[in-house]
Amino acid sequence: MHTVIPIEYFLVTATLMFFAGVYGFITRKNLITILMSVELMLNAVNIIFIAFNRYLYPGQLEGHFFALFVIAVAAAEAAVAIAIIINIYRNFQSIDVEETDKMKY
Amino acid sequence: MNLESFLLMRHELVLTIITLIVLVAELSVNDDNKRKVISIATVLFGINMVIGFLPNMAGILFGKMYINTDLQWTMKNILNLGVFVVLLQSVAWLKETENKIKISEFYILIFSTLLGMQFMISSGSFLMLYLGLELATIPMAALAAYDRYRSNSAEAGVKLILSAAMSSAVLLLGISFIYGTTGSTYFDVVALKYTTAPLQTLAFILFFSGMAFKISLVPFHLWTADVYEGSPINVTSYLSVISKGASAFILVTVLFTVFNSIALIWKPLMYIIAVLTMTVGNLFAMRQQNMKRFLAFSSIAQAGFILLGIIGASNIGMTSVIYFVFVYIFSNLGAFGVVSVIYYKSRKENMDDYNGLYFTNPKLSLVMMLALFSLAGIPPVAGFFGKFFLFTAAAESGYYWLVFIAVLNATISLYYYLLVVKAMFINKNETPIAYIKTDWPAKVAILICVIGIFAVGFYSGIYQYITSISFGI
Repeated sequence: MHTVIPIEYFLVTATLMFFAGVYGFITRKNLITILMSVELMLNAVNIIFIAFNRYLYPGQLEGHFFALFVIAVAAAEAAVAIAIIINIYRNFQSIDVEETDKMKY
Repeated sequence: MNLESFLLMRHELVLTIITLIVLVAELSVNDDNKRKVISIATVLFGINMVIGFLPNMAGILFGKMYINTDLQWTMKNILNLGVFVVLLQSVAWLKETENKIKISEFYILIFSTLLGMQFMISSGSFLMLYLGLELATIPMAALAAYDRYRSNSAEAGVKLILSAAMSSAVLLLGISFIYGTTGSTYFDVVALKYTTAPLQTLAFILFFSGMAFKISLVPFHLWTADVYEGSPINVTSYLSVISKGASAFILVTVLFTVFNSIALIWKPLMYIIAVLTMTVGNLFAMRQQNMKRFLAFSSIAQAGFILLGIIGASNIGMTSVIYFVFVYIFSNLGAFGVVSVIYYKSRKENMDDYNGLYFTNPKLSLVMMLALFSLAGIPPVAGFFGKFFLFTAAAESGYYWLVFIAVLNATISLYYYLLVVKAMFINKNETPIAYIKTDWPAKVAILICVIGIFAVGFYSGIYQYITSISFGI
């Protein structure tokens, strides 16, 4: 006896994850945490892609492909971002966004 | 599909090969001779540019993932020409001792971003668009953080990569809704199924916000000024001209081909954003003292003018956008060329330092004046025609108030462009910047820009050619 989890569960979870990411991106002070928030947003999008694919278009694979590409690109992005954050640490001796504000309006 | 059909993507293939050659050259040249890479990479890129100008074969590859028509071919060649000018301008900077060990990185990164933009321009599906966009953005952050020991550069890099990552997450959310409501990521299938249903409208707005980050339209422009100021000057010129031009072009094609059925929704949106972008860009540009920051805000205002062409949504609209980008490449690169020559010889980049420049460096001042006149849109130079066609496109669709506001903004922009001209020609200075002997690659670059500023304006064949390949809704 199979009971299928409705698609809404996935979409609500993903939306909560996405906006948790947005919230973290805006409020956090640590650059690494900001990067983690972005990763959270990207993973939320992956869930949406896969849920849509599985429930609405089970005959094709475009959503799965997209999610795979997003994972790969997010890894590349994190690598470059962390390299730059290390550079920030060497220059400022801190990775707090309050410190890295030499340029302002 | 046979092997010859891969020649359709010759822009990308040649660029990939060049990137690999530079990578091998980096490994085989020893540390004392790294400067050889500069000439190798520049000459190879020149060859790539010439190959790009060979006659085009239109066609489709990889099941409509990759589209190459005369339109894409033209845009790629325009970008190649711009990048060639940027490479010539950066020779003097790369020869400095502090850059000695990382010369090849500059070329590899800049070629990767260009490769991403070319794939983005040719994309026929949202997957390809996304991959091109990321390939164009991620190495760009590494370029912005190129000066490892300058804290401003690192700050610019981190600001660029984090805001780019955030914007691409928003863009992806939009694409995921587009996929969920239409069941496809291919442009032609999506275009058939797109309506004004609420979820699809939301998806469009999210997608548009993501793209607006890249072109730095106003509610999403906050990263621009900091990144432009912190990056090395030649990276800034690349970022403000090539990257922005590519994104503007892809926005036009996607709006006209995929989202043409909801034009009623995006036109009012564009209207508001165009007004905001022009006004805010101009108002902030007026109070800048740093030349890089000044040009950053002026480029935000220019992006607002580009929207005028898009809102026209006609053949003339698309023509005027491409034409404007073409003109903008020459005028902005001319201005950045002069700023970079002056900075790397005298380490000065504030507007006050330019006081009395004409009396010591008349040629550089004249080029700067021409470039600024072209950016402002004063009649004899090409910038005037670029703006004129954009205004025509908007007026043709009945947006008279928008054109009126744009003309007002063009007048305001004249004020701050002339401030620089006034500083160079009229203001007195006790200690002006001494006479600067420009190195020959930068001279060639500036010459190309000056010829471009005049030729594109006077030779009407270019505009007619672009009209023949453009399309409207």
